[in-house]
Amino acid sequence: MSEAVSALSGQTHEGFVTVSEAGLVGMISIRSDLEAKGLAKALKAERLPVPGPRRIETANGRSIAWMSPDELLLICAHDEAPALTDRLAKALAGDHALVVNVSDARAMFTIRGDKADQVVMKLSPADIATLPEGEIRRSRTAQVAAAFWRSGESEISLISFRSVAGYVMGLLEVSAREGSDLF
Amino acid sequence: MLTLTCPCCGVIAEETEFAPGGEAHLKRFGPGSSDDEFEGYLFARKNPKGVHFERWRHAYGCGKWFLAARDTNTLEVFATYKAQTTEPPADVIAKIKAKRPDWEGYK
Amino acid sequence: MSTRLSKGGRLIDRAKPLAFTFNGKPMRGFAGDTLASALLGGGQVMVGRSFKYHRPRGIVASGAEEPNALVGLGRNARFEPDQRTTTTELFEGAETTSQNHWPSLDFDIGEINNTFYKFLPAGFYYKTFMAPRAAWKHLFEPIIRKSAGLGGVPKEADPDRYEQVYAHCDVLVVGGGVAGLAAALKEGRAGKRVWLIEQTPNWGGRTPVDGGQIDGHDAQNWIDSALVELSSMENVTMRTRLMAAGLHDHGYVIGYENLADTTPGDGRPRHRLWRIRAGHTITATGAIERPLAFAGNDVPGVMLASAVRDYIVNWAVSPGDRTVLVTNNDDAYRTALAILDAGLTVSAVVDAREETHGALPEAVKARGVRVLEGRGIAKVLGRKGVSGVEICAQAGEGGAVEMIDCDCVAMSGGWSPVVHLWSHCGGKLTWDDARAMFRPDPNRPPTGADGTGMATVVGAANGDLTLSEAMGGLGIGAASGEEAPLAPVWMMPAGAPDALRFKSFLDYQNDVKVSDVQLAAREGYESVEHTKRYTTLGMATDQGKLSNINGLAILSDALGQPIPATGTTTFRPPYTPISLGAVTAEAKGELFQPLRRTPIQSWHEAKGAHWEPVGHWRRPYCYPKSGESHRDAVNREITNTRKNVGMLDASTLGKIVVKGPDAGKFLDMLYTNMMSTLPVGKCRYGLMCNENGFLMDDGVVARLDEDTWLCHTTSGGADHIHGWMEDWLQCEWWDWKVYTANLTEQYAQIAVVGPKSRELLERLGGMDVSKETLPFMKWTEGKLGAFDARIFRISFSGELSYEIAVPASQGLALWQALMVEGEALGVMPYGTEALHVMRAEKGFIMIGDETDGTVIPQDLGLNWALSKKKTDYLGKRAQERSHMTDPNRWKLVGLETLDGSVIPDGSHAPADGFNANGQRNTQGRVTSTYYSPTIGKGIAMGLVLNGPDRMGEVIEFTGEGEEMVKARIVDPVFYDKDGEKQNV
Repeated sequence: MSEAVSALSGQTHEGFVTVSEAGLVGMISIRSDLEAKGLAKALKAERLPVPGPRRIETANGRSIAWMSPDELLLICAHDEAPALTDRLAKALAGDHALVVNVSDARAMFTIRGDKADQVVMKLSPADIATLPEGEIRRSRTAQVAAAFWRSGESEISLISFRSVAGYVMGLLEVSAREGSDLF
Repeated sequence: MLTLTCPCCGVIAEETEFAPGGEAHLKRFGPGSSDDEFEGYLFARKNPKGVHFERWRHAYGCGKWFLAARDTNTLEVFATYKAQTTEPPADVIAKIKAKRPDWEGYK
Repeated sequence: MSTRLSKGGRLIDRAKPLAFTFNGKPMRGFAGDTLASALLGGGQVMVGRSFKYHRPRGIVASGAEEPNALVGLGRNARFEPDQRTTTTELFEGAETTSQNHWPSLDFDIGEINNTFYKFLPAGFYYKTFMAPRAAWKHLFEPIIRKSAGLGGVPKEADPDRYEQVYAHCDVLVVGGGVAGLAAALKEGRAGKRVWLIEQTPNWGGRTPVDGGQIDGHDAQNWIDSALVELSSMENVTMRTRLMAAGLHDHGYVIGYENLADTTPGDGRPRHRLWRIRAGHTITATGAIERPLAFAGNDVPGVMLASAVRDYIVNWAVSPGDRTVLVTNNDDAYRTALAILDAGLTVSAVVDAREETHGALPEAVKARGVRVLEGRGIAKVLGRKGVSGVEICAQAGEGGAVEMIDCDCVAMSGGWSPVVHLWSHCGGKLTWDDARAMFRPDPNRPPTGADGTGMATVVGAANGDLTLSEAMGGLGIGAASGEEAPLAPVWMMPAGAPDALRFKSFLDYQNDVKVSDVQLAAREGYESVEHTKRYTTLGMATDQGKLSNINGLAILSDALGQPIPATGTTTFRPPYTPISLGAVTAEAKGELFQPLRRTPIQSWHEAKGAHWEPVGHWRRPYCYPKSGESHRDAVNREITNTRKNVGMLDASTLGKIVVKGPDAGKFLDMLYTNMMSTLPVGKCRYGLMCNENGFLMDDGVVARLDEDTWLCHTTSGGADHIHGWMEDWLQCEWWDWKVYTANLTEQYAQIAVVGPKSRELLERLGGMDVSKETLPFMKWTEGKLGAFDARIFRISFSGELSYEIAVPASQGLALWQALMVEGEALGVMPYGTEALHVMRAEKGFIMIGDETDGTVIPQDLGLNWALSKKKTDYLGKRAQERSHMTDPNRWKLVGLETLDGSVIPDGSHAPADGFNANGQRNTQGRVTSTYYSPTIGKGIAMGLVLNGPDRMGEVIEFTGEGEEMVKARIVDPVFYDKDGEKQNV
């Protein structure tokens, strides 16, 4: 395999918080009846749960997020995504399901710092203050789609489409600039 | 700018996170339909001042289409409900009737 | 003359002097000053000229309602016109300039004298600039343009940055006066998530100036302790300098925060627009004092009574040494007391009421001030400043009974609640006759998402003007002294003749006088909205805050009807002007709109690509070499591709996976042709129509396995088509088992095109791409060199061609590897224009060129792609409509110019005669037109009446200018009609 590159190769900006592109991340989209036993079994074999509505569960270095009533997003290491996609697709072959590797269709960012929420407040109409840990919110940042969740102490992770990674990084950088914190 | 609750994912979001899709509960007419039926399907749309049923997609969220019962005049939202139905569910009708006793009803 | 007092001033810090300039003149003020208080403190009473008559004007108010005292602030790129001095904080180095005069503030040749302005009455423009039509361009428009607009416009780009923020709360309290503080305390103690915002830098509102007792404490002490308690609550957010501009649907409030106006260039955002979503909004926005209409009420030095006491108490500025107070109410007597407390002189109080016995008037009388009851002001003496007033009987016609020397007139016509936010979203008002004001009707509030009231009003904004009323409404005891009712006096004297009414101003900035409103009424303007536009009353930058009610009252009187029958004009956001920068926020420059980049974009940039926007993508149009024109570059790219090998970044093509037991059935409904029968491993070109039957998108579909298809869409159409698929699956055929996924960005896709393309792929090695293994319209996957690739043997150029898809993360590496390996083969990249020309040479249609939302596949000779076997597909029924089957629909043909030139884009082919609208008939139009380097002349495609039946016929198309272009109707396939080149 040729050497893979993420959209922005890990670009980072320091402001009142630190915003970075997270580099290569594996992502697998799973569309299925989320109540189906076959799905639970296939995920269990990978030591993953079926998350409840709007939940994101992290286990064994991977996260799995509820994206819609018939869609999950599995986040893993970039290099394990192709094989993991194949395993899940095979496990679900007998069911009506779609498993596709979308790692390269996305870009992931992290916003780190005590005031990480404030960067999201400037870009998304979602009420970040009431977003509990373990919940993913699909919304928009300025003019493009995004999903974000609390991925650690004073840290928010954010996913956008790969083609607009530069735009999203521009938004994050300008929103996190020193002197523009809100509170 | 409206706020709506997506019945598919439970998120309360503002209008900019949704995409509007026009009148709800249209019946599709395809080949074999009369000119009148097809004209009604393709072109005739209600434009009430008051209770209206409409399609919305949670475009920046879960991506699902849903339906909303709304007052086009006061912007009151009576209910949002799943799109997989050919007419407003009874509980939605009841909610509207309770708030708008003079409403002539669906259809 | 106005001066700074030697002591006092609760808002200024005398330890922090600030230097600024006014029209170049150095002046000084203190931290805490507004520009207005600093100007007045420096003796500058006259600060500008009016809009229409260029009359000298001074500061009237102390807040957002100020109509006159607007200045230009700053210089060069940071210059901004129309800055309201009464709400602009003073800062070190502020450069201010007065407006609307030439050559100077003091001497203005544009000033219209007393005689002439009788000729500029209400509706002057409407009446005068009517005819002749030709005069518009050379006479009227230049005059109007010269006199229109306040202030100048900065000529450079704004160097400052701005931002927007979304906030959410249970309760938003707007207004940080005592009523707002009390409301916030109540909600905060109840545990609600509360936001409390105040437009000025200071908490407490008017109360610290007007005084009183709250909850048994001195008002200021109560305010201080309220602030301490609110600050300690984690659930309460408090911000000053944040104005609520509008209350919109479902509790959406736009807030406008001033961050860095006083520290230009400090790097912080200058303004911030808050998009607040409030569960409930409590407006505690106070009230605004009304002026009185009397002759000369616009002379600099005539001010609102409340403003006079604000300047004295807040900023230790005396607006004048000898003040005449003119009023119709008790509250204004507080100003007399403030003046006296500051050691200044009240020359007299002129009260329109016949008798005054209230506590406040008595207190003033007790200090030896003359109170003239039943009197009015006949006229103000002086032009650039007040020199005195003529007193008359209020009930009379203005005969002067006395002249009083003074240099300041403090006027009060009562108070109007600030009901803007309440009204923006449909809250209704009711007329309170006793108080002569419109106040919010609690039974008809603006309603929110659940249909219940989404706003309430407290304090003076609710019409509870006295401290005890305002706080009593919130359940808190307060005392501020009894006040007698006002007399609803709008004009002085009651029987003022024309000569006085011509100089009695209502709208100061737009120079609307009592006489104008009365004239409008006489001319038949009965609706207040019409009168507003006819006279321009309330259309100035203060939007009628100061004296709209006075205007309504005068209009009602002229129409002989009560004020509520006249009603108010509509209150519209924003409450006070907000900067365009804040509206724009981050969306400028690179962030104006999202720019979508392919994984190979950086390579195109490095090679100096000329760009073509396609949706939010920016695709290389061509790659000009040094000194090469775009046209030459395009021709070179085409020729090289047809001769050697070219490469196109096709990553922007939509790629949607459709999978499931019902996927074939679903695609048969979506596409006009049959997709369910496509064998695994093969590709098929397909068309999609909307339910109107019109062509919407096209692309190649590949069947990946038994129940999985990959649908390619146009570059601009991917998101739309994916949404279209989901719409039908979710809302119409929800029982069909189909899943879709938009994988457009997962893959980089590279078209390798030309006779040497196979050789190039073979140089990378790995996969067998021979004619036998991978024939035309098949796909395969495997290792191409080091890459995990899926290769489609499809062609949009007519050449031997491969489209290679690899994960986006490897796209750039594959592109570079192909470039290196292809060097010996003469590989060159080509752009979208070469793509367009080559597909036109082959007669392939392009969505958006041959289609425009009114074209059906039958128009384009694509009947072969319409399944005859299927009983239904989206658009099929519409294509059976009579207009769609009309044999006279224009049909696609090729066009070849006789002289080899290129027909201009958008050309029409005229036909004989004229249509019912007198327009020339047409018989066709060009849809695509290019110079073909392959054919060596201009080629085009077009839709022509009965076109396919007219092969060989020459028709004319409109050219550049008057010249017509002759073109022969030919087959649209210009190149390799038998497809031998792509099928090798």
